[in-house]
Amino acid sequence: MSDYQNMELLRFTTAGSVDDGKSTLIGRLLYDSKSIFEDQYAAIEASSLRRGEEDVNLALLTDGLKAEREQGITIDVAYRYFSTPKRKLIIADTPGHIQYTRNMVTGASTANVALILIDARNGVVEQTKRHAIIASLLQIPHLVVCINKMDLVDYREEDYEKIKDDFTSWGSKLDINDMHFIPISALKGDNVVDKSERMDWYGGSTLLYYLENVHIGSDHNLIDCRFPVQYVIRPNTDEYHDYRGYAGRIGGGVFKKGDKVMVMPSGFTSTIKKIDTFDGEVAEAFAPMSVTMLLEDEIDISRGDMIVRENNVPDSEQDIDVMVCWFNEKPLQLKGKYTILHTTQEARCIVKEIRYKLDINSLHRDLEDNDIKMNDIARISIRTTKPLFTDAYRKNRITGSIIFVDESTNETVAAGMII
Amino acid sequence: MNYHLNHLKELESESIFVIREVAAKFENPVLMFSGGKDSILMTYLAQKAFYPARIPFPLLHIDTGHNFPETIEFRDKLVERLGVKLIVGSVQEAIDNGKVTEEKGYNASRNGLQTAVLLESLETGKYDAALGGARRDEEKARAKERFFSHRDEFGQWDPKNQRPELWNIFNSKKQFGEHFRVFPISNWTELDVWQYLAMEKVPLPNLYFAHKRQCFMRDGIVLAATDVIQRRPEEEVKEMTVRFRTIGDMTCTGASLSKADTLQKIIEEVASTRITERGGRSDDKRSETSMEDRKKQGYF
Repeated sequence: MSDYQNMELLRFTTAGSVDDGKSTLIGRLLYDSKSIFEDQYAAIEASSLRRGEEDVNLALLTDGLKAEREQGITIDVAYRYFSTPKRKLIIADTPGHIQYTRNMVTGASTANVALILIDARNGVVEQTKRHAIIASLLQIPHLVVCINKMDLVDYREEDYEKIKDDFTSWGSKLDINDMHFIPISALKGDNVVDKSERMDWYGGSTLLYYLENVHIGSDHNLIDCRFPVQYVIRPNTDEYHDYRGYAGRIGGGVFKKGDKVMVMPSGFTSTIKKIDTFDGEVAEAFAPMSVTMLLEDEIDISRGDMIVRENNVPDSEQDIDVMVCWFNEKPLQLKGKYTILHTTQEARCIVKEIRYKLDINSLHRDLEDNDIKMNDIARISIRTTKPLFTDAYRKNRITGSIIFVDESTNETVAAGMII
Repeated sequence: MNYHLNHLKELESESIFVIREVAAKFENPVLMFSGGKDSILMTYLAQKAFYPARIPFPLLHIDTGHNFPETIEFRDKLVERLGVKLIVGSVQEAIDNGKVTEEKGYNASRNGLQTAVLLESLETGKYDAALGGARRDEEKARAKERFFSHRDEFGQWDPKNQRPELWNIFNSKKQFGEHFRVFPISNWTELDVWQYLAMEKVPLPNLYFAHKRQCFMRDGIVLAATDVIQRRPEEEVKEMTVRFRTIGDMTCTGASLSKADTLQKIIEEVASTRITERGGRSDDKRSETSMEDRKKQGYF
């Protein structure tokens, strides 16, 4: 425990329905890592009993809302937390029942790892493909496929290998670099936290070992310097009379004191005088640090501007192609106008064209279908009221992501990945 | 150089980002301050977010009149040190004016009355965003909260109809009269908070550290013996060595028997404990969904 100052944070997302054993798996991870508390356990035990269930229903741990408990469904993304001596883990648990795509996309947007569950008896099914496609679209850096319920296929290696082959050959058309397979039984505990004694043929790691050790150090972009200015700090005190600091969170790359930088959209150049924090000056700042930057020259900079390196600039365009996931009951309006939020910028846009709708099960592109409804994924072209400073989403999740807001209801109606 | 943040620094950076977003996107934000460790952490993070400038919004404390004296003393010193404005919404005043009615009996608590006073204070101050130190790991209804949580003109939360929240892009759009609750430390756990407070050496009220106090037992919970709780004849007062894991009203905050008198010992205790921190909060035990019910009405 003395080593908590060296722990890393890993965010992972799980997707699937109750039948896949997802709740059992999460329950197992939490229980075996001693993250379920006695009073929590007593509370869900009592609830299960009241509901007439035989076993303690671990899904009740994540289903917190009254409506969820009444209907036995999960409405929303639930966040669970646990830690091991090496890592703190955040699970975004997304249900497969309703509004699945919307919830999965939400959970996936910040994840380092996507965990996909396959029932060993059923193999790769439509839902598995849908989860993997979303993980690929949202560019989750690591995918771990757990082939679950191995106890129900007598822990046979052939069954595991066949599913692994099926998934690998289908998954080759996806944009996923790091894929990992683990045969498990969440119910019996095989290869979840403890290594299974019933699958000698499997030489790999357990799920928890994988989550504790998967390399996430390169998940942030450390190449392309991007600093979206969030807030200007001007203390107006005697001590800091001329202090003018640009506060924000590094969106990519490594900034150093003395670096030549350029400010967008003005194009003015300057040099980094100081990278400041409450704890003192730092020599370097990298994603995802929150810092305050001071420049040598007095130039007019405000929220929404971006500080970059002169020789490595993002796109600055008003015509942008975006892959969107639609979240709202009101369908996407061709020629419709929306407010868009991108890094620290806000603008408006018009939807110029719907290029195609993506079939989430087969990856088929339907060029004719312009009817984009809730949970649909489509590629569209927009024109914005001012240039946005963007990178392709696959290069940088921060400068490549965008959200769409309905101008009359203020609801978030879509998430977009810039192509 | 290793370009990597440890988990506490990454959480810190995320929270600072959220706090700065609030200052940038809203006209009139306020920070809800209860005097507990989470709101102390919030003020500390806000101080970091705007350094070397002052925190650009006031603190709002809903004072039930049943706070521990140590809480009020600590609050006043903190406010002075930070140089921020403190606004106090008084439950006692609301009772005196007949706006709310006090509960009676052995389990009387002013917890429920806080909501009305909070909503009125937010309305009077015309605050469009109220920052709070709620965490998702605290309670199952809070696990479903957004960072930016939309409230209608009555201050109500509609958990079934929340806006999806992706990446770190926060939608702060609202109609006139509506407001937001913002929870920058959503992703912190109790242990993270303690580890961070220890790492940063943040000053805390003595209530959190083991000390001797006159206490009594009720329904398996240790309560401080004070004038504001009516005791049953059989409830015997004894001196115990206790500390508080959460600090709310004296009427509903249970103490735990503990010898942890340093931050290191508290971290060890929290890491090995098998009961959640709100396990001693009688306000949560009134029903299975008491937190959700209170939140829907505007509790934070």
